[in-house]
Formats: sequence, C-alpha cells, structure tokens
Amino acid sequence: MAAEQKRVAMTGNEAVAHGMRQIDPDVVAAYPITPQTDIVQFFASFVSNGQVKTELATVESEHSAMSATVGASMAGARAMTATSSQGLALMWEILHITSSYRAPIVMPVVNRALSGPINIHCDHSDTMGSLTTGWIQIYAESAQEAYDNLIQAVRIAEHPDVLLPVMVCQDGFITSHGIENLNLLPDEVVKEFVGEYKPEHYLLNLENPITVGPLALQDSYTEVKYQQAKAMENAKQVILDIAAEYEKISGRKYGLFEAYKMEDAERAIVVLSSTAGTAKAVVDNLRAKGEKVGLLKPRVLRPFPAKELVDALSSVQAIAIMDRAETFSTAGGQLFVEIRSAFYESDKRPLMKNYIFGLGGRDTTTREISRVYADLAAALEKGRVDELITHLDVRE
Amino acid sequence: MTNSKGYKKIPVGGIITEAGNSAKYKTGDWRSFKPIWNEEGCVHCLMCWVFCPDNAIKTEDGKMVGINYDHCKGCGICARECPRKEKALQMVKEE
Amino acid sequence: MSNLLEIRWHARGGQGAKTASTLLAESSMAAGKYVQGFPEYGPERMGAPIKAYNRIGDAPITIHSNVESPDVVMVLDPTLVGPVDVTEGLKPDGIIIINTTLSPEEAKQKLGSDEFKVATVDASGISTECIGRDIPNTPMMGALLKLVEILPFDEFLARMREDLSVKFRGRENIVEGNIEAMRRAFEEVKLA
Repeated sequence: MAAEQKRVAMTGNEAVAHGMRQIDPDVVAAYPITPQTDIVQFFASFVSNGQVKTELATVESEHSAMSATVGASMAGARAMTATSSQGLALMWEILHITSSYRAPIVMPVVNRALSGPINIHCDHSDTMGSLTTGWIQIYAESAQEAYDNLIQAVRIAEHPDVLLPVMVCQDGFITSHGIENLNLLPDEVVKEFVGEYKPEHYLLNLENPITVGPLALQDSYTEVKYQQAKAMENAKQVILDIAAEYEKISGRKYGLFEAYKMEDAERAIVVLSSTAGTAKAVVDNLRAKGEKVGLLKPRVLRPFPAKELVDALSSVQAIAIMDRAETFSTAGGQLFVEIRSAFYESDKRPLMKNYIFGLGGRDTTTREISRVYADLAAALEKGRVDELITHLDVRE
Repeated sequence: MTNSKGYKKIPVGGIITEAGNSAKYKTGDWRSFKPIWNEEGCVHCLMCWVFCPDNAIKTEDGKMVGINYDHCKGCGICARECPRKEKALQMVKEE
Repeated sequence: MSNLLEIRWHARGGQGAKTASTLLAESSMAAGKYVQGFPEYGPERMGAPIKAYNRIGDAPITIHSNVESPDVVMVLDPTLVGPVDVTEGLKPDGIIIINTTLSPEEAKQKLGSDEFKVATVDASGISTECIGRDIPNTPMMGALLKLVEILPFDEFLARMREDLSVKFRGRENIVEGNIEAMRRAFEEVKLA
C-alpha cells in the first residue's frame, strides 16, 4: 500500500533538501556552488531549526567537502554532500578514493556546464567527466525523480552487495530551480525505508579497530579494483530490487531506464534527464499524427545497463542518441559510444545517430526534438545516416 | 610480501581489519648484516632498545635478552650506539 | 495539451516577476493544477530585462524548456514594449496584459498588431497606493486572474494571503496591501 503523500509545488533543489531532511544523515559537509547552493541552504535551515540531528560542516572547498564526507563515512556515519560543475571537478581525486574505500556516500549533483567559458547553466559535462570514478550515477527528469532517486540511493549505496557512493543527478536550473508538482512521502515512511546505517567496519568501532586507506601495490591493487567492479555489477540488481520496494511505498515505478511508447516504435530518441520530459511531449504529438516514435530515458548510467538497453532498443529501426556534453573524441558523445558499442554483438543494428545538444544551458525545445525525429525519418528513407554526429542548434 | 589472497578474501575497500598486524610482517629477510649480541659484554644500558627503529631488541625485567630476528632489518644502529668499547653488539655478514 | 496554459512574464530585475511566477504556480497547485514556474536565469541585475514562465494544466507537465508560444504575456514594465519583442511567439488568440496607464486601445496601437487581445492595468499606480512601493507583480496577478481562467479569485486570494503571511511575517499591512492591490487590479484591468 502506497503511503498517503503530500502534494507540493517546489523546486528540484527544495525537493532534494526535503529528502535529505527525511533521511537525516549523521554528517553533511558541503561547499556552495551554483546551482547546487540552495540544496544545502535549505538543509542548513533544517539543521538550525533542529529538524535534523545532522552535523553540518561548512568546509572551505569541495575538495574538503568530499574529504570530510569520506572521513565521516569511514568513521561510521551516514554522510552526504552535494555539488555541481567546478565543485565536482575539484572533488575529482577524492571521488576515486570514496569509491575505493567503498564509502556509501550519497551526493546530489546538480548538473552544470564546466568552465570554460564560464557558464552556470545545465549540461552534463560535469558528471560525464566522472563516469570512471567508480560512483553509481542516477539521473532524474523532474523534481519528483530527483527526490525519489535520492531516497533510493541511500539504500543502494549501503547495500552490503554494493557499498558504493551514488551521485543523484538533476538538471541545473531546469529542474533544480523550476517549481513543479511533486509528492513527498511522510517523514516516518522515508525514515523506515532508509533505516539505520549499520556499517560492518568503521573507524569509531573501538572493539574492532581497523586501518583505512593502506597501501595496496602490485600484489593487491588489482583485487581491490576487481571488488569494486563486482560491486558495480551487483548494483544493477540491487537498484531494481530497491526500486520495487520503493514502488510499494510511493506507487512510483523505477528501473534502469524508462521506455516511453517504445512498444511498436520505429524511431527512438535516447536522452537523459529533463530533456526526456520535453521529448515525451513531442512523442505524444507525433503519435497523435500516427508516427511510430518512442523515447528511451536512461536512469542509471553507472552501472551501464548495456544488455538491457540493447534489448529495449533493438526492435527500433533508427535511433538518435542525444548527449548533453562534448567529449572531443570526435567519435561521438559518451552515451552514443557506449550504446553503440553495446550493440556490437547484436544481430539487429538500427541506424544510429548522435546529437550533441543543450551545452551550457542552450534551451532545447519541442521544435529541436521534432527535428531530430524528422532527421531519423529521412535517414530511414535513405537507409543510411549521412552525418554521424550533429551538433544541434549550432550557428554557422 | 606476497599477498596471495584472492579478491573474495581481501577485506572490502582494502581496509585492514586486524589491529597491530604489522607484527606479522616479517622484515627479517631484508637483512644483509645481522647484529650478534655478546651477553658477557652487555651492561644492559638499553641504548640499543632506545634506538632500534624496528623494536627488535627483546627485553625482560629491564634487561636486554636478545634480538628479534623476525623483524630486525640489520640496519646496524644498535651496534653503532652500543657504548661499550668492546661492543656488546656487533654486525656480521648474513650467510 | 489543449488545456495547457503557458504564460511568459516580462519585467525588469527587481519587479518581482520570478516571485509572481512562483506564487502563481503554488496557488494553482493548491487548487489542484499541475504547474511549473521558473525564471529564465541569466545575469540577474536590478533593472535588466528578465523573463519568467508558467505552465499550468490539468495533466502532468513533462516539457522542460522555456515557453516559446505563450497563451498569455505579462508585461510588468511598459518601457519594455519596444526594446523587447514582448509579443514574440504569442499565440494569435493570445492575450497580453501590460502594466501601464495607457488604455488598452492605446497600448494596442503601440504594439502595432491586431492579432492579440490587449489588456492594460495601472499596476504600478495601484501598487504605490496600496503597498507604498512600485512592486507591480501582485496587482498584475490580480489582472491575470480576471482575464484568464485559472482558479477562482477568492480561492486565489486566500492562498496568496497564506503565502504572503509567511513571506512577510509580522507585517500585516504589507500582506493586506498586496491583497488589496490584487483586488483592485482584478476590478480595474481593461480589455480592448
């Protein structure tokens, strides 16, 4: 039975802050950066109002924020931080340490373009740059999803088969600062769902003292890394299990991705986060005209659900994969190369095309998305893709 | 040291779950010279014990009783610091 | 999709367009609507032209881009008409509501188009009289509620009183001034 929920209108950041309030972590260490700032600002007011018992550390940089969060986590605390863009970049070396220490830290990331040129708006260059850091990555289309993902992330991170940190991503300004409807679960339901954090080993356990972060050279580094890879592999099933459990309390269904009107789709767009919502409106519109189009919105990028994505996409004839970040590889965006590679073993290989879009917050409307579906129709007619990588809406 | 444990046995996160396990790490085989203790010449001043960087001087009731060759790396500091003219500790080549 | 109402606000930084879009979203949500309210973020400076948006509908809203073809345009500062293309993308049967002392006919002439419905209200004058400051956002919301069916005006005022009482805790005169300003604009707005 889903719990009675409170219907609210709030920004994605406010929703995430409320999720953090309900989780009531032991420690939050953070440093402000646009557009993440008001997550921690809202949360700080919950701390000062005594609504949470959290120890809030306002540190002097994101490097310190991540370091303090790791320290707290290894000490045995449920610890969180939050960041965006340059902040995530500054955390870089500690991101790897977090995942290798198997610190189950949950971090909301409000996606923002990396400098330079300096820009405060949304794209995914920040988290795309951290795909190899060993963090689980979950992306949200809306404020509701950002909130729901955050709560599930705690359970995913702390699951004994996983023990990996999780980034809970949402689009900067677009959902972080836009007000929209969502349903908040009752506090006690969230508290019960996340439960108490009970680490097996932690530094403040005086009965069983441990050493954290010892040297591991040629003889054991490989095994430690392999453990991480195995944990990431395990995360796939755990994410699905936790989603099923979450559906019971919320009534909202989550998976590794969302397939929207894909059953008989001939053309499909693959795109992350808020743009997927805009694309849904285009799908509805084109479907009303009888066009067989669909949308696939990856939710989880790490672990990468390669097989599942291929299964979901292989009945489609033409696919546009839209990346909201440049890789400068000149061979396509990150999502594109990963999905295309996943198709290598597949008997069915749909036409596939890459779009780089929405950089630095460039607005992507139903018009641009309609154009992408039209491009796919043209490619199908010709039986080939002429331009593999298109930078959408770029001026000559 | 060769760590022969597989990924399933190594503690998750590469942590060390056993306190003080460096005692198990035998550094004695690093030696090319080893200290020999001459008990008759020893006045039990324990300067060797003070200076030994590996805590390899064994003592009992405030007296030097021998050398822990499992952990002595053969650095020779004990022999150098021994104040006796005839040296109660002397370095000899490992065979 | 036909029951989705899209609004674009034009104002200068500091006139409260973002707050208006937020308050409108919140009060519409309370009336059971699906809503969005968001500004077009940029270098926010007092006096610089800014835009904010609302989407209000009876079904969940998934579009996450700026509003390109609004049903309603709200202009909080009459001096923006000209320097800013305030009717850009406005639907042919759409309505533009301008804070000005001009009559709607005069405003229509100034816009130089017959395509849209034009309404005017002296929101700055009303605001100055009721609140003591030229903050035209709340009276403009009163005018909007008169001309566009979103939620019953009484229900809207009750919600606004709640919201403003939190925002201006202990400053009852400001809350009541805003309510009065909305009521007056609701009465005084004129449609050509």
